[in-house]
Amino acid sequence: MSAPFRTEEFLVNMGPHHPSTHGVCRFLLTMDGEVVLKAVPYIGYLHRALEKICENRTYHQCLPVLDRFEYCTSMSCEYAFCLATEKLAGIQAPERAEYLRVIMLELNRIASHLIWYGTTSLDLGAVTPFLYGFREREDILDLFEMTCGQRLTYNYIRIGGVSRDIPPEFIPKLKEFIDKFPRKVDDYEKLLTENPIWIVRNRNVGILSKELALGYGVSGPALRASGVKFDLRRDDPYSLYDRFEFDIPTGTVGDCYDRYLVRMEEMRQSLRIVKQALEQLPAGDIKTKLPPNFKPPKGELYSRIENSRGEMGIYIQSVGDSKKPLRVKMRGGSYNQLQVMPEIVKGGKIADLVAVMASMDIIMPEVDR
Amino acid sequence: MEIAGIFKYLYEKLVATGLPQVWVDIISYMVAALVVFGFLAVVALFLVWWERKISAHIQQRFGPMRTGWHGWLQTIVDMLKLIQKEDITPATADRPVFYWAPIVAFVAAFMAYVTIPFGAGLIVSDLNIGILYIVAITTFTIISLLMAGWGSNNKYALLGGMRSAAQVVSYEVPMVLSILSIVLFAGSLSMVQIVESQAKIYQWYIFRLPFGPIAFIIYLIAGTAESNRTPFDLPEAEQELVAGFNVEYSGMKFAMFFFAEFVNMFTVAAIGTTLFLGGWQGPWLPSWIWFMLKTLALVFVLMWFRWTFPRLRVDQLMEFSWKFLLPVSFANLIIAGWMKYSEWFNW
Repeated sequence: MSAPFRTEEFLVNMGPHHPSTHGVCRFLLTMDGEVVLKAVPYIGYLHRALEKICENRTYHQCLPVLDRFEYCTSMSCEYAFCLATEKLAGIQAPERAEYLRVIMLELNRIASHLIWYGTTSLDLGAVTPFLYGFREREDILDLFEMTCGQRLTYNYIRIGGVSRDIPPEFIPKLKEFIDKFPRKVDDYEKLLTENPIWIVRNRNVGILSKELALGYGVSGPALRASGVKFDLRRDDPYSLYDRFEFDIPTGTVGDCYDRYLVRMEEMRQSLRIVKQALEQLPAGDIKTKLPPNFKPPKGELYSRIENSRGEMGIYIQSVGDSKKPLRVKMRGGSYNQLQVMPEIVKGGKIADLVAVMASMDIIMPEVDR
Repeated sequence: MEIAGIFKYLYEKLVATGLPQVWVDIISYMVAALVVFGFLAVVALFLVWWERKISAHIQQRFGPMRTGWHGWLQTIVDMLKLIQKEDITPATADRPVFYWAPIVAFVAAFMAYVTIPFGAGLIVSDLNIGILYIVAITTFTIISLLMAGWGSNNKYALLGGMRSAAQVVSYEVPMVLSILSIVLFAGSLSMVQIVESQAKIYQWYIFRLPFGPIAFIIYLIAGTAESNRTPFDLPEAEQELVAGFNVEYSGMKFAMFFFAEFVNMFTVAAIGTTLFLGGWQGPWLPSWIWFMLKTLALVFVLMWFRWTFPRLRVDQLMEFSWKFLLPVSFANLIIAGWMKYSEWFNW
């Protein structure tokens, strides 16, 4: 009897300069034709020593650096650091500032999910949704720009409050967005949710079981798509999140399609929060006055928030008599999402790897800190 | 105004010069080739611009606007840019194969036009095996893509080339079967006779229930796959294979592939018009205008597909062809045969 027919395996470098790895991530793939036998992620292409830079700056000076940590939701990064510092120093931001923070965080979550929606569909070959997603993101960026003058790295949320109050034209523009956006999400869904090609490309692809997700520390929409109803905004509330009503969407299978549906619903829920925050927005101060030489007391602390890509944690260690933190350590959701990928893409096609990577919504600065 | 008359007049003038018939034939065929080439060059340039405009409008933006009125000069400027670009060949490429691949793609795309009737009497050569010739000649595109994939000595290119071979061979079968049902009904392989058998609008094969519309849809799907366009653009699949078979091509060589793609799309639409939409037939307007209107309408559909659908995965693509389109097209052929020979519903 002749030996069984066996094809020759070959290695393919997917990335770092590959359209789907966005120039900063690399997978070394062992392929059998189109089938991925093994995928090993290689990281470090975007390493900028953000944690170390923070350790060489004052607490206030850390914020512009934090903006670059996860640039799709810079507001969250700033907020995570401010929250940790405030907890360490026992500072309470004024109520109006907290409301403004919630509005900004949730708008930024929507903007981030819009980038995800656009790039995911682009990774699966559909160009039009990409432009639709970016169109609405522009509206959010306009709101940010009129508030703080920036469209990507805001430096808006400060220790003890926010840098400035919203301008008079902000609220009418935001109301316009709140009215318009649900229809736009319906449009996005019309384009993809029932699309047979979208369904076959995503359903039962890259299944991440509940156990595997928890085992690898996956968090955020990817975890919730696997059926775990865990959201820090509800389960470990910070800021004013316990004052708002919102649902936490979850999936059942944990495949790419569930991750898609969860994020689409999250955009709607974030808008719900923004709407409530706007209705309850009080007048008053926007910042607690801090001494120029702000020095938190000695101690260490880990604080976490729910970012659009999962749990974002900041660990700060303060020596007490220094303007600079002794140690800053960051945790982003993308790291764990990337870590679990080799497990779930094994045996799939090269095209599935692209779909899984897109659905995980990995952003590399969170990995290469 | 019928253009066919002009060519007939010129041909008669040529014969009147007293040249031997061989030379008359050679000159007339060369002129025909040049005319077709010129026409297709203009069509390809127009389609590139049109695609940009259609995609832009689907995506609620303008598209090219600055070079010429509504950007109509844009593709011409792009072409000039591509001509100037450096011609790069990878150091380890299989040079002859790499070199010839775009030329084969280019030539194969043009050769189909020998038997496409652009209007009444407006055909280079009305072969009695017209449609068979087209089916045969268009498959040369696969060879060119395989050559490009192999010759580039790049794994992504190779995957793209292999995919294209698998894809085009798979979709060729349902496509031919759907064409066959029309051939069976028309009783001829000649493109002109197929068009002539659809003289009245109710005789167009797309309206011959139930086999006509089914054959048309199968043809359109398979045609999209054959011209490597979304949702079947797997051979280049930028997000997976970077650009697949043409990843190593630059400048004019890349442009030739690009050009061939647009010409192939026009070919698919032109054959669709001839087989299903009554070809050049239509009231009031000159025949070639009818032909162009119908063909461009089909091209629009292909472009519309491209800007709304995501891309299929390669195994799903194969499954769709072999497990769905193929049985349906066989069943459809049987229905067409039964309709023809039972003379039921046979206008």
